[in-house]
Amino acid sequence: MTTTAAHLDPPRTAFLNDPVVRGVIYQIIVAGLVVALFVFILSNAVQNLVAQNKTMGFDFLNQVAGFDIFFKLIPYDRASSYWGAFAVGLLNTLLVAFVGIILATIWGFILGIARLSSNLIISWLATIYIETLRNIPLLLQLYFWYFAVLKTMPNVKQSFVYFDTFVLNKRGFFVPWPVLDDRFIYAVGATVVAIVAAFAVRRWALRRLEATGKRFPVGWTNLGILIVVPVAGYLLSGSHVTFSIPVLKGFNYEGGEDLPPELVALVMGLVLYTATFIAEIVRAGILAVNKGQTEAAASLGLREGDRLRLVVVPQAMRVIIPPLTSQYLNLTKNSSLGAAVGFPELVNVFAGTALNQTGRAIEIISLTMLVYLTFSLGTSALMNIYNARVALKER
Amino acid sequence: MSDDTARFVRTEMAPAERPPIRVTGLIGWVRKHLFSSIGNTVLTLLSIAFLAWVMPPLLNFLVFKAVWTDPDGLKGDLCRPEGVGACWAFISARITFFVYGFYPQTELWRPNIVLISGLVLIVPLFTPKAPYKVPNAILFFIVLPIVSFFLLTGGVFGITPVPTEKWGGLLITLVISVVGITCSIPIGILLALGRRSRLPIIKTLSILFIELWRAVPLITVLFMASVMLPLFMPQGTTVDKLLRALVGVTLFESAYLAEVVRGGLQALPRGQYEAASSLGLSYWKSMAFVILPQAIKHVIPGIVGNFISLFKDTSLVSIVGLFDLLNTMQSALGDQDWLSPNLTVTGYIFAGLVFWVFCFSMSRYSRFLERRLDTGHR
Repeated sequence: MTTTAAHLDPPRTAFLNDPVVRGVIYQIIVAGLVVALFVFILSNAVQNLVAQNKTMGFDFLNQVAGFDIFFKLIPYDRASSYWGAFAVGLLNTLLVAFVGIILATIWGFILGIARLSSNLIISWLATIYIETLRNIPLLLQLYFWYFAVLKTMPNVKQSFVYFDTFVLNKRGFFVPWPVLDDRFIYAVGATVVAIVAAFAVRRWALRRLEATGKRFPVGWTNLGILIVVPVAGYLLSGSHVTFSIPVLKGFNYEGGEDLPPELVALVMGLVLYTATFIAEIVRAGILAVNKGQTEAAASLGLREGDRLRLVVVPQAMRVIIPPLTSQYLNLTKNSSLGAAVGFPELVNVFAGTALNQTGRAIEIISLTMLVYLTFSLGTSALMNIYNARVALKER
Repeated sequence: MSDDTARFVRTEMAPAERPPIRVTGLIGWVRKHLFSSIGNTVLTLLSIAFLAWVMPPLLNFLVFKAVWTDPDGLKGDLCRPEGVGACWAFISARITFFVYGFYPQTELWRPNIVLISGLVLIVPLFTPKAPYKVPNAILFFIVLPIVSFFLLTGGVFGITPVPTEKWGGLLITLVISVVGITCSIPIGILLALGRRSRLPIIKTLSILFIELWRAVPLITVLFMASVMLPLFMPQGTTVDKLLRALVGVTLFESAYLAEVVRGGLQALPRGQYEAASSLGLSYWKSMAFVILPQAIKHVIPGIVGNFISLFKDTSLVSIVGLFDLLNTMQSALGDQDWLSPNLTVTGYIFAGLVFWVFCFSMSRYSRFLERRLDTGHR
C-alpha cells in the first residue's frame, strides 16, 4: 500500500478488496453451499424413499395408530389416530415438565439456602448432595431409580403401606385421589375470586402506603381472604368431595390414583438432578447481592421484611431468573429421557413407537423437534420481555 | 514527687486474658457453627440423627459386608446370601468388558496405547505451568485422534481390523466425548463469529443453526442422526453407527460451544477490536491473533463446563444402541451367572462412580482455572 498520496485521493481499493463486495461474495458462497447441501440431502432422501417404496407427507397422522398407551391424560385407545398418540405424548411431556419444575424449584431453593446455612453440618450435607448428583449422568440416575429401586419393590401382596392410604409396590405408587362432583366448580370460582381480591387489596394498600404512609397488614388480610373465601365457596356450594383410597381387592389395589413406576422414576430423577443446578443458581443469586445493599436499606429505615422484599430479593431474582428458566427448559428437554425407562412421553410414543410402526422418519423427527423448538422459542421470548423489564436502568 | 515508695507503675502491658473457653477452640467452634440458636440446634440434632440412621447401613453395604473377591469362582452364589452387601467381585470379574466392550482380548494393547498416550498428553496440556503448550495441543487434538483412529480400527500396517461395533465401554465414552469436543470447538468458534458477523445471511444462518440444536433434546438429535442420516446419504452408502452418533453429538455440542464463545467475544472491550483494525489487520488476522486468544481464555471454564455436560450426555448413545459404559453395565447386569439381589445397585453405583470421578475432577479443574484467571487483568 502506498501512503504518500493518500491525503490527496480517496484510497482506491481494488474491486475484490472492497469489504462490501467481499461481504456479498462471501455470503453468496455460503448461501450457495447451504442450498447445495440441502439439495443434495433432499435428492438423496427422495431417491432413498423411492427405492424403499415409501412416500412423504403427514397424511399418516390420520391413520389408526393401533397401539395402546398405559398412561394417558385424555381418552385414547387402539382405534385412535396417530394424532391422538401425538397428543397423549405431548400432554405427558407437559405433565412431567410441569410437576418436575414445581418440585425441582422447591427442592432446589431449599438446597441452595441450605448450602449457605451457617450451620456447618447442614451446609456440608447440601454440598455433598449437590456435588454428587450433578456429576452423575441423568440417564444413569433414571436407570437407578427405575431398575434398582422401583422395579425391586415387593409384589402386590407384600406392598409397603403407609398410614393405610399410600401404597408402594412393584406396580407403582398408589395415592389417595379426590373425587370431585359437579358443584365443585363453585369452589374453584371462589378461589379465583379470592386470588383477584388478594391482588386488589395489595395494590390498594401499596397505593395508600405511598400516598399517606399508613401501613396496612396486607399479608394477614390476604391470608385470611385466601383461606376464608374458597372454604366458604366450598361449603355454600354444597359440593361434597370424597377421597378415593387405594384398597387391596383380589390381586391388585383399586381406588386412589396409580402413579406408574415409570412416571415416579422419571419425575424423581429429573427433580433430584435439576434441583442441584437450581441450588447453585440460587446460591449464586443470593451471594450476588452486595451486603452494602442490605445495610443501605436498613439505613433508610426499612424494616426487615421490606428490606428483603424491596431490596434484596428483586436484585437476587435479576441474577436468578434467567439461568433458572434455562434449567426449566433443560428439565423439559430432559423429560425426553422418559423413553429410556418406558414412560410414554412425546419421544417415546411418537419418535419411538409411532416411528417404528410407520417408518416416517423425516416427518416424525421433524414434528418432534418442532415441539421442543416451540417450547424453547416461547420461553426465550418470555425471557427477553422479562430481561427488558428488569434490566438495570443505567444513566 | 518525693514520696513514691508505695507507687507501682507497670512498665509493660499486662498480658491479655485468655478468651473464655466457651468461644475458642473446639467448644467455641461447635457453639458458633452448630448450636448458635435454637433453630440451628434443632437442625444439627436432626442432621446428626439422619447421619446416624443412614451411614451405618450405607457403609455396611458398600464396604464391610460387601463381597470384594471371588477366589473360588463361585460368581452369583457368592453374592446371593441374605445380608450380603455390594457385589464388587462382579465388577472386577467384568472390568475388561466395562472398559473395552467387545474389543478382542488379544488386541487390547491397542486401546491401551491410545488411553495411556491420551493421559500422558492431557496432563501437561492442562497443567498451566508445563511448557510446550502448542506442540502439546497439536499432538493431543490432531495427531492423537489420527493415530488412534488407525490403531483402533486397524486394517492397515498388518494389524487386524476391529469394526466399531466391537468397541465399547469406557473406551467408547471417551472416544465420543473427546472427538465431540475436538470437532465442535472449531465449528463452535466459526458459528460464534458468524453470529456476530455484520453479513446478514451468515448471521441468520448461524442463529438458525445454533438455536435449532440448542432447542431440542440430545436424544432427538441422536434419533435423527441414527434414522435420518442414512436417508440423506447417497444410495448404497452405509454410515457407521458410531459415526452417526458422533455427527449428532458434534452438531449438538458445537451449538452450545458457539454460545460459550460468543459470551467471551462479547466480554471483550470494543477497544480490542478497534486496536486490531487500526493495526491494519484483516478480519481473520485480527480474530486469530487479537480477539480469539483473549476471548477463549475468558471462557475456558465455560468450555470445561460444556465438556462435563457432554461427557455425561454420552450416556445417551446407549439409547441408539451403542455400547458405552452405561450400556455395557446394563447388559452385564442381565448376566445369569451373577444374578443376585444387590447386583443392579452395585452396577449402577460403580458406573456412577466412574462418571463422577471424571466429572468431579473436571469441575474442580474448572474452578481452579476460574480462580487463576480471575487474578489476571480483564
